[in-house]
Amino acid sequence: MEKVGAVLVVGAGIGGSQAALDLADSGYKVYLVESSTSIGGVMAQLDKTFPTNDCAICIVSPKLVEAGRHPNIEIKIKSEIMNVSGEVGNFNIDLMEHTLFIDQEKCTGCGICGQECPVEAIDLFNEGLSSNSATSVKYPQAVPLVYAINRDYCIGCGICKGVCQAKAIDYKLKSKKTQLKVGSVILALGFDEFEADVLKQYGYGKYKNVVSSIEFERILSASGPYSGHVLRSSDGNVPQKIAFLQCVGSRDPKFGKEYCSSVCCMYTAKEAVIAKEHTEGLEATIFSMDIRAYGKDFDKYIERAKEEYGVKYVRSRISSIEEIPGTKDLKLTYETEEGKIISEIFDMVILGVGLTPPKDASKIADTFDIDLNKYGFIKTQPLKPVETGRPGIYVCGACSSPKDIPETVIEASAAAGKVNIDLSPARGTLVTTKKYPDEIDVSGQPIRIGVFICHCGINIGGYVDVPAVVKYAETLPDVAYSERNLYTCSADTQSLIQEKIKEHKLNRVIVASCTPRTHEPLFQETIREIGLNKYLFQMTNIRDQCSWVHMREPEKATEKAKDLVRMAVAKVRLNTPLSTVPLKVNPSALIIGGGVAGMTAALNFSQQGFKIKLIEKDKKLGGFSSKIYKTIEGDDIQEFLQELINNVENEDLIDVYLGAEIQDIDGYVGNFKTTIIQDNSKKKLEIEHGIIIVATGAKEYIPKEYEYGVNPNVITQKELENRLFNKGNFSNIKSIVMIQCVGSRNEENPYCSRICCSEAIKNAIRLKEQYPDKEISILYRDIRTYGFKEKYYREAREKGILFIRYKKESPPELISNKERIKINLKNERLGDILLDSDLLVLSTGMIAPSKENETLAKLLKVPLNEDKFFLEAHVKLRPVDFATEGIFLCGTAHGPATIGESIAQANSAVSRATIILSKETLMIGGIVSSVDKDLCTGCKICVRICPFNAIIKDDEGYAYVQEALCKGCGVCGASCPEKAISIKHFTNEQILSEIYALGGNIIE
Amino acid sequence: MNFEPKILGFLCNWCSYAGADLAGVSRIQYPPNIRVIRVMCSGRVDPEFIIQGFQTGIDGIIVMGCHPGDCHYLEGNYEAEMKYKMVQKFLKFINFDNRVRLEWVSASEGNRFAEIVTDFTRQIKEQGPSPVGGKSPDSMLLDKLNAILLAIGSYRMRALVGRERIITEFENVYGEKVPLEKFDDIFDTAIRDEYLRHQILISLSNDPKSVKDLAIELETDPSVILKNILVLKNRSQVNMEKIVGVTPIYTNIMEG
Amino acid sequence: MSFEPKILGFLCNWCSYAGADLAGVSRIQYPPNIRVIRVMCSGRVDPEFIFDGFEAGIDGIIVMGCHPGDCHYLEGNYEAEKKFNMVEKLLSFVDMNERIRLEWVSASEGNRFAEIVTEFTDKIKELGPSPVKDPSKANVLLKNINALKMSAVSYRLRALVGRERALTEQENIYGEKVSLERFNDVFENAIFDEYVRNRIVLSLKEDTKSVKDLAIELNMDPSKILSHILILKGRSQVSMDKIVGITPLYISTLEE
Repeated sequence: MEKVGAVLVVGAGIGGSQAALDLADSGYKVYLVESSTSIGGVMAQLDKTFPTNDCAICIVSPKLVEAGRHPNIEIKIKSEIMNVSGEVGNFNIDLMEHTLFIDQEKCTGCGICGQECPVEAIDLFNEGLSSNSATSVKYPQAVPLVYAINRDYCIGCGICKGVCQAKAIDYKLKSKKTQLKVGSVILALGFDEFEADVLKQYGYGKYKNVVSSIEFERILSASGPYSGHVLRSSDGNVPQKIAFLQCVGSRDPKFGKEYCSSVCCMYTAKEAVIAKEHTEGLEATIFSMDIRAYGKDFDKYIERAKEEYGVKYVRSRISSIEEIPGTKDLKLTYETEEGKIISEIFDMVILGVGLTPPKDASKIADTFDIDLNKYGFIKTQPLKPVETGRPGIYVCGACSSPKDIPETVIEASAAAGKVNIDLSPARGTLVTTKKYPDEIDVSGQPIRIGVFICHCGINIGGYVDVPAVVKYAETLPDVAYSERNLYTCSADTQSLIQEKIKEHKLNRVIVASCTPRTHEPLFQETIREIGLNKYLFQMTNIRDQCSWVHMREPEKATEKAKDLVRMAVAKVRLNTPLSTVPLKVNPSALIIGGGVAGMTAALNFSQQGFKIKLIEKDKKLGGFSSKIYKTIEGDDIQEFLQELINNVENEDLIDVYLGAEIQDIDGYVGNFKTTIIQDNSKKKLEIEHGIIIVATGAKEYIPKEYEYGVNPNVITQKELENRLFNKGNFSNIKSIVMIQCVGSRNEENPYCSRICCSEAIKNAIRLKEQYPDKEISILYRDIRTYGFKEKYYREAREKGILFIRYKKESPPELISNKERIKINLKNERLGDILLDSDLLVLSTGMIAPSKENETLAKLLKVPLNEDKFFLEAHVKLRPVDFATEGIFLCGTAHGPATIGESIAQANSAVSRATIILSKETLMIGGIVSSVDKDLCTGCKICVRICPFNAIIKDDEGYAYVQEALCKGCGVCGASCPEKAISIKHFTNEQILSEIYALGGNIIE
Repeated sequence: MNFEPKILGFLCNWCSYAGADLAGVSRIQYPPNIRVIRVMCSGRVDPEFIIQGFQTGIDGIIVMGCHPGDCHYLEGNYEAEMKYKMVQKFLKFINFDNRVRLEWVSASEGNRFAEIVTDFTRQIKEQGPSPVGGKSPDSMLLDKLNAILLAIGSYRMRALVGRERIITEFENVYGEKVPLEKFDDIFDTAIRDEYLRHQILISLSNDPKSVKDLAIELETDPSVILKNILVLKNRSQVNMEKIVGVTPIYTNIMEG
Repeated sequence: MSFEPKILGFLCNWCSYAGADLAGVSRIQYPPNIRVIRVMCSGRVDPEFIFDGFEAGIDGIIVMGCHPGDCHYLEGNYEAEKKFNMVEKLLSFVDMNERIRLEWVSASEGNRFAEIVTEFTDKIKELGPSPVKDPSKANVLLKNINALKMSAVSYRLRALVGRERALTEQENIYGEKVSLERFNDVFENAIFDEYVRNRIVLSLKEDTKSVKDLAIELNMDPSKILSHILILKGRSQVSMDKIVGITPLYISTLEE
């Protein structure tokens, strides 16, 4: 049976949207199904993101807009999966599209219906902190921007239909059943927040000033209910003292939430920091157990929160909250680490609520016939992180375990990477490539501009005198035609614009309406369909930035609209057709590094039929994992690794180069040329390939501490694991002490190595199982068994393994190494402790091979972070990309990670790279910069300034723009001392023409 | 009559333009004086654009970009900041520094956008109409703006500002990081010198003049004028035309 | 001196006005306090008129129309009833709901007309002069009546009251009949909310105030006040003026 080249993605948060974009860009048709009325999920609700404090909506909204208008993505909002049948390659999906009572095709998102609706409803996007109407859009930047009637509130008065000039409202619209045929499925259901009202002791829902972290996120947001002012909802005052409580609904078996929610420590630190930025003098106290800052640059963020921002951390779990009558302040009583009981009054308490499985998880699991784990999340295996167990059905993001945004994005692409394996034979079969007429040659033609001015119902026309603007436009130079439309964006107006282009021989088109950020592509498409180059279009914004914001000054708004049209006319006269040219792509990959990540990536590519060159500096494949025997969950790594190596070695499409070293890397995306030498020989080998994946890995820290290497009874965790799994002798050993964070989270390596806590616990449990009488103590700073690994921490404690905390300032000291090892330790509660042991095991971290990474980074022209790990293009949303097109990274080259996480990253990088490799050619050109060689002096300022490595020095020493890499920001042009760089579509002349058109005074 | 200033805003596509759109969607009202030019990145705003904007009689110019760290093009807004600082220093010479502003506005800050525009409009109203706007622009000031335009567009200034971040934040060709004060020192001197030199050039292109003439016209010490004339002679931009009595007369020998 | 109330009657032309005439023809005596304004239909009585009347110092207002089913304009009296109910609800917030009445009087009910007027006049006498005329109360009360009037004329309440009958007696746009209970739920909340919001707006017009100030003034829970302020902010009727200490102060942005 033929495979179907379409994919169903269920859930359109950041995970689902990313998976959809990857697949749609790789030649598949994607149905993106969302239960609410718009895509974006929880990320769209967030104010900022850790650890960079990036504005969430700023970074996510371009992605959503892209998904919204992608020709290969069909978004199904307010939809539900009813039934699934078939198997990988051929699934039949029954979909129920619930009615919005508003025609999605006709709704322009103008919002009049919502404004006129007399019935108020609770605004769920703002977590109920504010109201909207029974007819509403989820949030202002929602994609798709369509309103929906909420039947729970609507009383059916009919006003909205009366005011809707787009005639989009249809109360008779019924929900409809659709059948979809797809080859694979990705479940990206996200999560729900723990409902804290279950925990009676915190008074959530009862005390006004106790709010959940997601509510607080909306409170912090500039577009939130309080416009970004931090206020108490009891009295609207600005809180001066806020307490943040961690682990609300996490690490709490009483409510079936035994696991760690993984993200709360970081989002709480972020919320505390942002709150302090909002309110001067705010005191923020975080009550937590362990601080789990295990991700890349997370520990540094916590340190900054403490040192720079003065966020106070108290290691304590709050047992109850008491509301003070009258003031509604909140009294917290807690025990300090020293054992003192303290009562403190706070103005506001934020509950760091955990992540729970999505409410509909079990229903969806039934529909898709897949398993949930014991916590109710979708079940996956540690070494198969995005697989559900049913072939062809994959999962990504927080619905399989609590995760942050980058991990979700990694898994989203990884799931897409797996789909690529299933469906590569059907790639391109269901996407429609649009045929356009040949472009009309407008060179030499006199300029004839058409100006289309939109009423947008009454949104513009109600405030701006549109007929006057039309009249005015007619007086402007080269304007051959001008008219007004009720809705310029409606489908019938598109054909009208095309008719007018023909009728009046227009060769430049202006639309004055809403924002080009969402609507420019639509109009560009319209003029392209009739043979005009899309860059002959110009848009100006007289709604969002004029009529809506100057409602009380209609005359001035009209003047402004005229000015904006005049500026647009001035610019469009200088608009010229821009062309794009195809660049052939070499459909093969270079993978640097033959560890688990590199090999996983190679096998994914080969199963899609791409050729791979895999280079490894060692004499054999395997990398870091060669030293690991089992995961904490019990998977056999050696067996897994051997199978992986066999598969790679037996695969014809993979050429493995062992003992290889890179000498030079030339070229750019689509066409790289890399020179390597093997086994230190003189012979150079040249490899040509289209993309590069960096999977060079990390290495183990070799301790200088605790007389390691001198005293044979001091060993590393890896060495212990080796002994444990190779029947080592433990007979003379009565007690064992393990020390965590050796070579991690210190001045030299100020980051967490992520895996050491689990490794120590894994080995300790195994030891205890084999030798129950051995005493084991683990000396730690924070136990970071995030996610489901928390279970093993609990198990270890139940087995009698002793956990003793130390602080960074007072690490355990080695007192004597004669016969028995004596360790002195300061503990807040227990005071000085002297521990005797026969074996000291150091949990050593992962470090980056700094020399090798620096060399490779220079060759690739990609950055490293302070810790010498490779630095991705964007911490949140582009975790496996480099800023430079065509180069990707995965595995521990990126930072410490478990094997499962490395596997996810490898598949993720493959998916990202497949977007390029799946195309025969890349189209380059359009809005890019270009260098006038006659003016260029070769100063290289542009080369240094371009963050995408798009500008290089050519053979003659002049700057040269590699168009395939240029993103068109134009910073080079504004920086070039000789003004030798021009940015197409945003040339100096074009921008100046707008300035002059506004300024009016003519300069000689 | 009420003064209604002409205000130009350069907004980056990804954050501040989106923030302005959000102000619209949220119907947050602000004064209607601003006209926006959308650029892909705030770093695209060439310093010359601002000067040329003022030459055409615009009363106030505001540049808005993504918050530090949020730039869609990674670091374009940092470049914008460097350029803006230079522009502001130049504009100080003619008391125009209060007519420009640089602000960061994110896509979620519709309120903030409106507040900034409101405040900036108020500020420009306080400044009053631009002396180079209207029917009878101040020609002396236009000459000065022209000198600034030429200075700001000169290779020297552009090269300095283009390297500022590299050598103050990373390292220079010797592998050293130049302290910001040291760089600023050099930079400020260059700004002062290039402004004066271009003023001299413009003045001499109108008419040959003596050092003393120039000193009076430009209200600058004659010894400083002389020093800069020597530099301009070296650059082959100025020549001694003749000596009248004991006084050498200089002329601009640049074409155009 | 005995209190002689000023009573205003709105009488529909076809039934109650004729009824009043009949009382006259029949020489039926009733107290002389009532002054009648003839309207074509009781449904013509805009809720606004009633508040205007009270603002002007009238002590009691009675609206009379045809009996149900008898309306010369078919259903005007039903509309009158819906509007009256809203006005009554609104007036209850200032304890003046007993000072209005709606009655049906037919052209043949001269006696009934006289009885109603007598009884209503007694009632108003009993209630005493309108509190609007009490200098110690007038200030606050007039403000509150203004808030009531603003609410009564607001788009939201007029839209709801205008559709009450259609929704509860016939069917809504989905072809369902909305239960009176559900409608009243929505409507009564809307009436109260709009009243409170208008009081807030009026209060903030006089002076900037904090949530707490307003809570005391309106005798309401501060958290409720805050949520109303958020809505008013969204309607661009209120904005945050400044934060004094830890307390934000709000101001009305509504123009006269």
